[in-house]
Amino acid sequence: MIMTNIGSVPGKKIVEHFGIVQGSTVRAKHLGRDMMAGLKNLVGGELKGYTELLQESRQEAMDRMAEQARQLGGNAVINIRFATSSVAQGAAELFAYGTAVRVE
Amino acid sequence: MEIILQNLDLFIFLALMVLGYTAGSIAEKRHYKSIHRREKELVKLAVVTAEGRFREGAVKDSFLVNGSTVISNDYFKRLLAILRNIVGGRVKAYESLIDRSRREAILRMKEKARAGGAHMIVNLRLETSTIGRSANKKNRVGSIETLAYGTAVVMNRP
Repeated sequence: MIMTNIGSVPGKKIVEHFGIVQGSTVRAKHLGRDMMAGLKNLVGGELKGYTELLQESRQEAMDRMAEQARQLGGNAVINIRFATSSVAQGAAELFAYGTAVRVE
Repeated sequence: MEIILQNLDLFIFLALMVLGYTAGSIAEKRHYKSIHRREKELVKLAVVTAEGRFREGAVKDSFLVNGSTVISNDYFKRLLAILRNIVGGRVKAYESLIDRSRREAILRMKEKARAGGAHMIVNLRLETSTIGRSANKKNRVGSIETLAYGTAVVMNRP
């Protein structure tokens, strides 16, 4: 699956459009990570547990999006955008959307 | 000794502040050092926010790359920011925090692109969001996530 966030696939010709595809996950962190992050909040700096968690979830959102594109018969997703929102305390929604296309 | 026991909460508060200040500023200095070093290393990998047009046959491969960081402020700086709320003006404590986080995210993205053999990244997008316990509360900044993403392009160069 080719993925880009520009309106085309560089060097390839788009032959068919399939419309919007999307994927999302809502993730909450587990207690251990939350406590470590709470401690880290005192001294500041990067919260590695959260970074990893969000990267994993974002990957999953992208996988779901790719799966949807595959079902439609596409082999690439262009113009991908990401969005993050916190839906509840301690839970974040990661959302990816794009346009499924078929390239040569 | 008695004074300490009588004002225990005050002393805990002061200790947290000192801890936050020293650890926070050491971490910030170290982080800026590493950012500057890695930015110099990766300066040849161009990143642009434009989409770019490519001649036919010029591009070998393209793929999506992203990099992200979740960063949080220290106890002392948070207090400074609260005090700032009274008089208004620039909140430097948070400016440097977000600056660091964003540059780190871009660097991580570039490192991924380099690992994939890319020559440039087009259409860079940056996004910031607050997450964690204080995300939906007013007047509080907890942990901040910055995300950088773009399309890495591998050119067909000899």
